[in-house]
Amino acid sequence: MSENLFFSTIELADDHLILGHRLSEWCGHAPTLEEDLSLPNLGLDLLGAATNLYSLASNLEGGKRSEDELAFGRIEKEYKNCLLVEKPNENFGHTMLKQLYFCVFMKLFWNECNSSKNKILAGISEKSQKEMIYHIRHSGEWVIRLGDGTEESHSKMTEAINELHPYTEELFYMSEASLNCAKKNYLPDRLKIKEAWEKEIKDIFKEATLSYPSILHFQIGGRNGIHTETMGHLISTMQYLQRTYPGQTW
Amino acid sequence: MVSLKGDLGPEAPPNLYSEVWDLVSSIPDPEVPCITIYDLGIIRKLNIIENQVIIKLTPTYSGCPAINAIELAVEEKLRENGFIPVVERVLSPPWTSDWITKEGKKKLKAYGIAPPPPVTDIEESSFFSTQSVACPKCNSSNTKKVSHFGSTACKAQYSCNSCLEPFELFKCI
Repeated sequence: MSENLFFSTIELADDHLILGHRLSEWCGHAPTLEEDLSLPNLGLDLLGAATNLYSLASNLEGGKRSEDELAFGRIEKEYKNCLLVEKPNENFGHTMLKQLYFCVFMKLFWNECNSSKNKILAGISEKSQKEMIYHIRHSGEWVIRLGDGTEESHSKMTEAINELHPYTEELFYMSEASLNCAKKNYLPDRLKIKEAWEKEIKDIFKEATLSYPSILHFQIGGRNGIHTETMGHLISTMQYLQRTYPGQTW
Repeated sequence: MVSLKGDLGPEAPPNLYSEVWDLVSSIPDPEVPCITIYDLGIIRKLNIIENQVIIKLTPTYSGCPAINAIELAVEEKLRENGFIPVVERVLSPPWTSDWITKEGKKKLKAYGIAPPPPVTDIEESSFFSTQSVACPKCNSSNTKKVSHFGSTACKAQYSCNSCLEPFELFKCI
């Protein structure tokens, strides 16, 4: 069981690390000073959750690799994050939409995960769920403001939906490890929260005067280590310090 | 507020317990040094077994970098006084700003940081909801939120429409 739980925990940890890294890229580049504070702050919460998850994964592996080695010492194919979180930032509205898609999913996921048979995971879940609530408030408010804003902001949000929505299906992808964990009540079944996720996103889009798209073809691959081209670039920046000075700590 | 009385290590004589308790509880929060880590409500358990002190701490936010500095400060303080520190991090139940002590809230206000209002469900769910926050300088409730995020994970930026001063709010979570 611990091997399955290890792989599933890595999927979760990688999602948080990579999205946290993308948010950190906004530092110094956000459209307003307030957003320059908010985006790295949101990223910090995700990195905090990633730290907790990698630490759990390290324990599940019997301490073979430390949490830092897991976060910064693997090659691209070994990262199991979904493709959505590695999508480059593009514009601010695009980032807010990506954040909303992910955080609504995670809030629902953690809500189910509170009762996990693994007590550490249940603890991480309770903690992170509370944080997802204000991540959703922040990103949701921006999606509504921009969708229901000017003609230009509305069209940029529509473009962002068209580009990002095909990547949302992977949030509900159940790898073999996750299926085994769900069967034994270590982790929730991702498919079971799909309906609630769609409803919440649809409600927000309605308020934002945005149309919920009907997508026929979804993009998946990250859970199997097959990433988009940008992932290699992201990793080369993110791992720079650990590659140059292996084992360096604060 | 978290109840600590029930968690006292029964093995420790009362005077030793209070000595250790005073050492640890007076350590200031590195990011908001006007309050102690006891005021912050993050000390969850303290046990003394011979000269070993086992202390459980709960981080405020998942990514709060201060927790590392706090753990080091606790270890250092205990070692200086001849104890062997065992610091454990506990995530569950998750920290809430409701655990900040009454005294801590008073200190925050005196320092110029608006203390967190009690956590409510309304604050958690609705978009564009506003919270009435009193200005720590002039007590006016005619204030506005500038940014939900600030210099540390736990604070938001506000400004007062009456005295026109900017101030920080210790966020409720």
